[in-house]
Amino acid sequence: MTAPAPPSASEIAKAVSSGRLSALEATEAALARIERHDPVLNAFTDVTAGRARAKAREVDAAIEAGKSVGPLAGVPFAVKNLFDVKGISTRAGSKINRDRPPARRDATLIERLEAAGAVLVGALNMGEYAYDFTGENVHDGPSRNPHDPTRMTGGSSGGSGSAVGGALVPIALGSDTNGSIRVPASFCGIFGLKPTYGRLSRARSFPFVFSLDHLGPFARSVRDLALAYDAMQGPDAEDAACTARAVEPTAPLLAENIGALRIALAGGWFRKNLFPEAVQAVARVAKALGVTRVVEIPEAERARAAAYVITTTEGASLHLDRLRKRPNDFDPAVRDRLIAGAMVPAALVDRAHKFRRWYRAQLLEIFKSVDLLIAPATPCVAPKLGQVNFVLDGVEMPVRANIGIHTQPISFIGLPVVAVPVPLEPMPIGVQLIAPPWREDIALRVAYALERMGAVAAPSARGLSRGL
Amino acid sequence: MAADGLDDYIASAAKALSLPIEDSWRGAVRANLEVSLRMGKLVDEFPTPDEAEPASVFSA
Repeated sequence: MTAPAPPSASEIAKAVSSGRLSALEATEAALARIERHDPVLNAFTDVTAGRARAKAREVDAAIEAGKSVGPLAGVPFAVKNLFDVKGISTRAGSKINRDRPPARRDATLIERLEAAGAVLVGALNMGEYAYDFTGENVHDGPSRNPHDPTRMTGGSSGGSGSAVGGALVPIALGSDTNGSIRVPASFCGIFGLKPTYGRLSRARSFPFVFSLDHLGPFARSVRDLALAYDAMQGPDAEDAACTARAVEPTAPLLAENIGALRIALAGGWFRKNLFPEAVQAVARVAKALGVTRVVEIPEAERARAAAYVITTTEGASLHLDRLRKRPNDFDPAVRDRLIAGAMVPAALVDRAHKFRRWYRAQLLEIFKSVDLLIAPATPCVAPKLGQVNFVLDGVEMPVRANIGIHTQPISFIGLPVVAVPVPLEPMPIGVQLIAPPWREDIALRVAYALERMGAVAAPSARGLSRGL
Repeated sequence: MAADGLDDYIASAAKALSLPIEDSWRGAVRANLEVSLRMGKLVDEFPTPDEAEPASVFSA
């Protein structure tokens, strides 16, 4: 049994701004949903109810005083627990980081969402230190898929996928180094935006791989995704990779005609290693858009390999001291991967970075004649929790390492991607809409058009037996 | 000791980096390093000119 989803972020903001709903009522409704469904989903590691009520009262007082409250007035949101939340130790999915002192200031993106009137209600479960595609966590337990709690959420932003997929909150934030926004978006049947590398500030979030880390939003509609994204844009001197570009709002552009856009399917690597559901999802999106052109992406498999090398070595460098001093406090699977990463010869890392530049040039060349590429987000729908292997193109492979094979070659060069949910039965699955650098607007416009056509949508949580 | 020397390499690298490896983890570390080196080989095999610049300061 499913029930209609609660109001979207844009509906809440409109109702709160016009006085039809108070921010406190919207916040209490979210807290009630969390209390009811989180025991099943295990999406939240921290619920910041006191802080949320105080912020909601602030928003309501501002409205009463006739002040401007921003485009996300009263909208509840939550963040992956690698974002600094003032007063909470930033655990980044680990046991070790719980010994850190409480954060003294919120992450930049939290500050920006709250400046737009949104209300933080908590921090979310994630794979340890973000080195994960499953959403399983040995310390906090797995986050669970809202459409079938016996299945993975995907990771590493698993709690973010679960919380938005289960409609506990309309917006959540996550991080994506190799696919950690797009994979949970795919498995949990929601929209996710991994912006261009450098677009959104990472200040006061716990890092994983500086060269590849991105932050971004999840939502149940494209409009909500764009609203959250727009509110978070802008330069930030506290993240060395953050762009100096001015804010480029996307929400006002969503309904623009997409007829003139040149759209193609990504070929080669992106047409292989797929379960039938992934093939079906890509075909449905291509058909809705009338796309038949296929463009070969050269060396995508090598791009995935280079991303793997950079990830494992930079990750190892980040955690080297912890690996020496507290190896038994890691998830053993993460620890063993990181130790191996520390042993990869530096020359290979340098070559991976050189290849990264070459590969970027190839993609920029492709984008001279293409405005958007379509590719699968994951090779399969959400696997069962604890599943170790699956068979891809006749070969048995480990699940954990291969969930992100179609996302890694894209984030490797920082291209902006909207993951859109295709609501197949019984489990949804995502498709990547990949745009040229700094053109998030194109991916969002196409996602919006697909949503209006009914080709993509965030389905109601099928795995929650009681109403929302 | 394996004939390919990887176990020796892991032992030496662990010593050089002061990384503790308990016997029960050694197999998993080796399996992970094999995957990393296989990925590294793909990168290694790609010819880049001497003038190729790394993307250590990367802009999309």
